[in-house]
Amino acid sequence: MSTWRRVHVNLRKAHGLFPVSSRRVTQPNTWKYGHLTLCKSLSTSRPLRDDFFKDLEVQLAAMRQKALDALPGSDWSPLKMDRSLPPERADVVIVGGGVIGWSIAYWIKQKERLRGGVRVVVVEKDPTYSQASTVLSAGGIRQQFSLPENICLSIASAQFMKNINEHLHVLNEDPVDLQFNHSGYLFLANEEVAHIMEENYKTQRSFGAHVSLLSATQLKEKFPWINTDGVALASYGLENEGWFDPWTLLQAFKRKALSLGAEQSIGEVTDFKYTSNIATTAEGDQVVQRRIKSVKVQVNNSLEYQPIECAIVVNAAGALSGKLAATLGILLPVEPRKRYIYVLNCPDGPGLDTPFLIDYSGVWFRREGLGGNYIAGTSPEEALEPDTSDLEVDHQFFEEKVWPHLASRVPALEKLKVTSAWAGFYDYNTFDQNAVIGLHPSINNMFFATGFSGHGLQHSPAVGRAMAELIMEGNFTSIDLSNLGFRRIIQKEPMLERNIV
Amino acid sequence: MSAPFMSLYRCCQRSALLVVSRRSLSSVSPPSSVSPPSSVSPPSSVSPPSSVSPPPLHTRFLLYLTQCFYDVEMLQSWTFLQRWKRIQKRNTYYGYTQKNYGSDIAAAYYILSLKGGLRFVGQSEWFIADRRGKFNWAFLDHKDTPLEEVNMNYTDINYRGLDNLEEQKSLRTLSLRGCPEVNDWFLARLHMFEDSLEELDISHCPRITTGGLAALRNLKGLKRLDVSSLPGISSPGVVIILLEEMLPKCDVTANGYDHTLREES
Repeated sequence: MSTWRRVHVNLRKAHGLFPVSSRRVTQPNTWKYGHLTLCKSLSTSRPLRDDFFKDLEVQLAAMRQKALDALPGSDWSPLKMDRSLPPERADVVIVGGGVIGWSIAYWIKQKERLRGGVRVVVVEKDPTYSQASTVLSAGGIRQQFSLPENICLSIASAQFMKNINEHLHVLNEDPVDLQFNHSGYLFLANEEVAHIMEENYKTQRSFGAHVSLLSATQLKEKFPWINTDGVALASYGLENEGWFDPWTLLQAFKRKALSLGAEQSIGEVTDFKYTSNIATTAEGDQVVQRRIKSVKVQVNNSLEYQPIECAIVVNAAGALSGKLAATLGILLPVEPRKRYIYVLNCPDGPGLDTPFLIDYSGVWFRREGLGGNYIAGTSPEEALEPDTSDLEVDHQFFEEKVWPHLASRVPALEKLKVTSAWAGFYDYNTFDQNAVIGLHPSINNMFFATGFSGHGLQHSPAVGRAMAELIMEGNFTSIDLSNLGFRRIIQKEPMLERNIV
Repeated sequence: MSAPFMSLYRCCQRSALLVVSRRSLSSVSPPSSVSPPSSVSPPSSVSPPSSVSPPPLHTRFLLYLTQCFYDVEMLQSWTFLQRWKRIQKRNTYYGYTQKNYGSDIAAAYYILSLKGGLRFVGQSEWFIADRRGKFNWAFLDHKDTPLEEVNMNYTDINYRGLDNLEEQKSLRTLSLRGCPEVNDWFLARLHMFEDSLEELDISHCPRITTGGLAALRNLKGLKRLDVSSLPGISSPGVVIILLEEMLPKCDVTANGYDHTLREES
């Protein structure tokens, strides 16, 4: 038998040497190719190789089917067929791979009891993050809020950033360098809003934020380049405030989460499959309770899609989270709002001690690098919100709305050059401009972490931890954020930020 | 050749390659710092200098081992964590001492147990811990005397340890030369001495960057500042000019920088 096999193999080798196919063997003019062709014709069966692999494929498919039948709850297979598709099953699906999404993924993986115990998939539409709010933000962090929840989130996030390399360190990789600028926020208030600022200051101090109040003369003494006309009071952050590089934070979260075993999948969530239950309340009202069974992920630029069976869905889609909730028929008051950031060059501008200045007119500016560059912007009025279909920059807006206020506040910025500009989306909560964090009351496995209205980046580490606590432990353990839940939207009780801007 | 010999041979072969190769093994995975699209990114005025020197041989050997054995990886991350915990523990808040002896003695005890040195207000005598951590317990006699000068050169002090010094309202000199754990967050916390501090030495601290130096603006009374040889500063020439501009009353010392204009080749 073995000798016969050897003959076969030899023939196959000979076959490979010459560009002859088996079809030619049957032709009458075989002889002109020489005796080697004659040898070839000795082989009467089809080439051995084809047979073997065809058999193997059939065998493997049968084996996979058998394993699937035997273990219906698992999509484990010895051979991964297609890695470009998302997995068929997951425990937690996080929709939105921005800084909030990756932070939640990191904290869930951090809290799991057993390595690989929880399967987390982060679905991101655009892996280049070309329109993502995370990377297009100004990157500031402040503690000067009026709601205790926001103040605590900021303090916890600053604490996280202090020890970022102990949290997000990946072995054999470079340490994370956030490029944090410890420059503080400076809020200016006029006569009308000075009392609000004083109350806010008291709240902030009581929660342990290091903020100081300055009168107009003290302000002039500290920052001689500010024109203090109309300023009654200023509050200035001393510690844990400043700005950092958003891209670095996003990549650090992503790198660490991936190293802990979270999975990334590129695609867009287009649909949900859910089951409904009708429950009756004590008063006899009928309430529909829903539970999401699977999430349909559409692969980019393709008709291919993959439903992910999952236990928990987290909506962290930022500016598009309202649209995502609408596919389930939920009214989530979060919509994209376009905000412009202008890069200014002014060699005579203020120096290294420039704070993140926020005027009571709503105009803000901060230093960018060391070469006399600054970035500035403001929020437009409610009625004049720009169109959100693209990220085009309106330069007229700077001339009319930003520059006059800026130049009157900082006279040195009268002569400046706008070197570039960009626009980004706020995940603007139209209800009360604050985050929506927690479970939806009628869909009992959909969590929200969205609607941050411009401070999502600075709160991301603490929000991720709070969400992971909610998912893994069932309630908030470190910071109680139950007031920021979905309930307030249904009960129409806004949690408004009493800030000057 | 039998299997164990073969694997040993391969191992040696690879280690030989390791010694020869100039590139660190940690850079095998693609770098994650992809900048966002240029049309939308703010222009960054400074780019950090890329360090090209390979890590020492024993680090490379450890890296090689981590890639082969999970145990080594576990061990390495464990030691990393332990090191961090040890530093945090050394910088813990001396609450018990503070309750029983007052905040000044607690601060002094903290400084001496980190092998630092200190001088009380109105005293000419220095209390300094020696190389092995031994110090003179006579500092206990100076109860309720605040500190005037503190020398923490080459110690493990970090921002957490500053809790112990929070009550020192008459601290005039603080020397932090070559402290490996002093970083930007530490400098941001120095605003607690804003009225009293006159001299500050932060030279040779490897983790200080430009972003932290901006936090020194709160130290209004500063008269002398030493920022020599900070490796984390990307463009020292500009930074020092801006620093002098920000602290006009202060005498800034900045040695150990190469200010010569290098020609682009």
